[in-house]
Amino acid sequence: MAKVLMKGNEAIAEAAIQAGCRYFFGYPITPQNEIPAYMAKMLPKVGGCFIQAESEISAINMVYGAAGAGARVMTSSSSPGISLKQEGISYIVGAELPCLIVNIVRGGPGLGGIQPAQSDYFQAVKGGGHGDYHMVVLAPASIQEMVDLVMDGFDIADRYRNPVMVLGDGMLGQMMEPVEFKERDIVLPEKPWATTGNKDGEPRRIINSLFIDAQALEDHVHKLYRKYDEMKKNETRVECYNCENAEIIIVAYGTTARIAKNVIQMAAKEGINLGLIRPITLWPFPDDTIDRWAEADHTKAFLTLEMSMGQMVEDVRLSVNGKKPVYFYGRTGGMVPTPRAVLEEIKKIREVM
Amino acid sequence: MNVGSERIAIFTGHFGSGKTELAINYSMAAAASGEKTVIVDLDIVNPFFRTTEKREVLEEQGIKVISPNFAGTGLDIPSLSAQIYSVFQTRDHKVIFDVGGDDIGATALGAFYPYFRKEYYRVYYVINVRRPLSSNEQDIIDMMESIEANSRLGVTHLINNSNISYETTISDILDGQAIVEKISKKIDKPIAYISGMPEVLKSLPVDLRTKAFPLNIFMRPPWE
Repeated sequence: MAKVLMKGNEAIAEAAIQAGCRYFFGYPITPQNEIPAYMAKMLPKVGGCFIQAESEISAINMVYGAAGAGARVMTSSSSPGISLKQEGISYIVGAELPCLIVNIVRGGPGLGGIQPAQSDYFQAVKGGGHGDYHMVVLAPASIQEMVDLVMDGFDIADRYRNPVMVLGDGMLGQMMEPVEFKERDIVLPEKPWATTGNKDGEPRRIINSLFIDAQALEDHVHKLYRKYDEMKKNETRVECYNCENAEIIIVAYGTTARIAKNVIQMAAKEGINLGLIRPITLWPFPDDTIDRWAEADHTKAFLTLEMSMGQMVEDVRLSVNGKKPVYFYGRTGGMVPTPRAVLEEIKKIREVM
Repeated sequence: MNVGSERIAIFTGHFGSGKTELAINYSMAAAASGEKTVIVDLDIVNPFFRTTEKREVLEEQGIKVISPNFAGTGLDIPSLSAQIYSVFQTRDHKVIFDVGGDDIGATALGAFYPYFRKEYYRVYYVINVRRPLSSNEQDIIDMMESIEANSRLGVTHLINNSNISYETTISDILDGQAIVEKISKKIDKPIAYISGMPEVLKSLPVDLRTKAFPLNIFMRPPWE
């Protein structure tokens, strides 16, 4: 198929439809409104259903219901709206249901602003909702990757019967780039657990996250953790760019990874050799990859670059495990770091190296 | 590229068709030709990537920028400035309206219809056939009619702005041209411009070159 020019948000919606998603429940919030707008326009044309719910809480519970009935379903929102969905997300994990949740992050806390941010990292990878749980968190850095990861995201969700989150930011949601929708065979898996009506006297199917008996709940959580181990083994994704011989390795995802690549080019012109480790999955986190580069003699330090006050940097420090110094540079509240400012930061680090 | 003789140039089109880039470039061209120029950011749809963000570079060219009250402040409130009415009072300026995308964005224009009708204006309809939901004749005409209904203004000129950003080749532009020419014939409105990056427009066939509108790109992600 020929390439088209799309906004990140539109590309997410179109990718979901092409991946076989037919149900979208959401509530509008900037800067992700193009997703529900596109879904509202297109889902009825492909036999799907779009509902603008009365609130985010309502929307996530509609997702819960549709996922329980075996539908390929998604919701999207931006930071404050995703906070409202947390209870539902925890229930969906507990009930072992697949769905896709998109967060196009804006500045916080509170109502915050409408400009791009990465300050929902903790919420996405360390819970957000309650209980012992995880979900695969995918972090695209281009519109093409948004398309590919949304499509993969539905499959990952089905494979583990667990929600998957796509974590973008307002910049990725609003910017336009050429994208290609590659033909892919959509094979929706059998869902023998789905509650589709007890027609022929089959055994009852129950979707539930309530386990009153403590031992039963512990067994259930252990079962979930066996799934998380499988996810860590099979789903971790990372891009390493120019890391061979790099003296400082920048760790960044999404928009800040795009900035980092420009910093690397600017630095090369000044004879400074930098690399980039770009986690594509924020959970599972590519700790092995970071550890491997931390072992390398040429790596003198790491710089974590985020549009937050420093959240992923904690996971980078755990992965580096004291082998090399880990520095942080970030802007927050909707401010986007400039390549020039990051390069200045690198130069400061080199002075003390 | 020659700026049209109209006093008021209104840029409408499908969401993401390139109205803002065209409006900014058109204003720059008008100012460069010695006209006193005002650009009105009438976009009530986009939170960012909008004309108001380029206020400084526009003002450097002597172009006055009128923005919605809270544009660029982070406040998500589509409230239009009363200052807009000033462009209908002093008529020694050329005025360029950058309108929000789709029929929804065009709603903001409707309020000014009583003023437009007393003026010499053009409504440019910007077309990019490489955008979703605007890749064929019928979809484009349907959207154009919705925009005309909401804005209460008839489209007077078409612009072929077919592109896929930095990967655009001449075939994207010519594919677009074939469709835009069909629409032009069908609705009996002329094609005013064929816009794109200067290096790509160089490959335009000779008979189309008089319509070439080379663009300087202003809406870029912050890492570029």
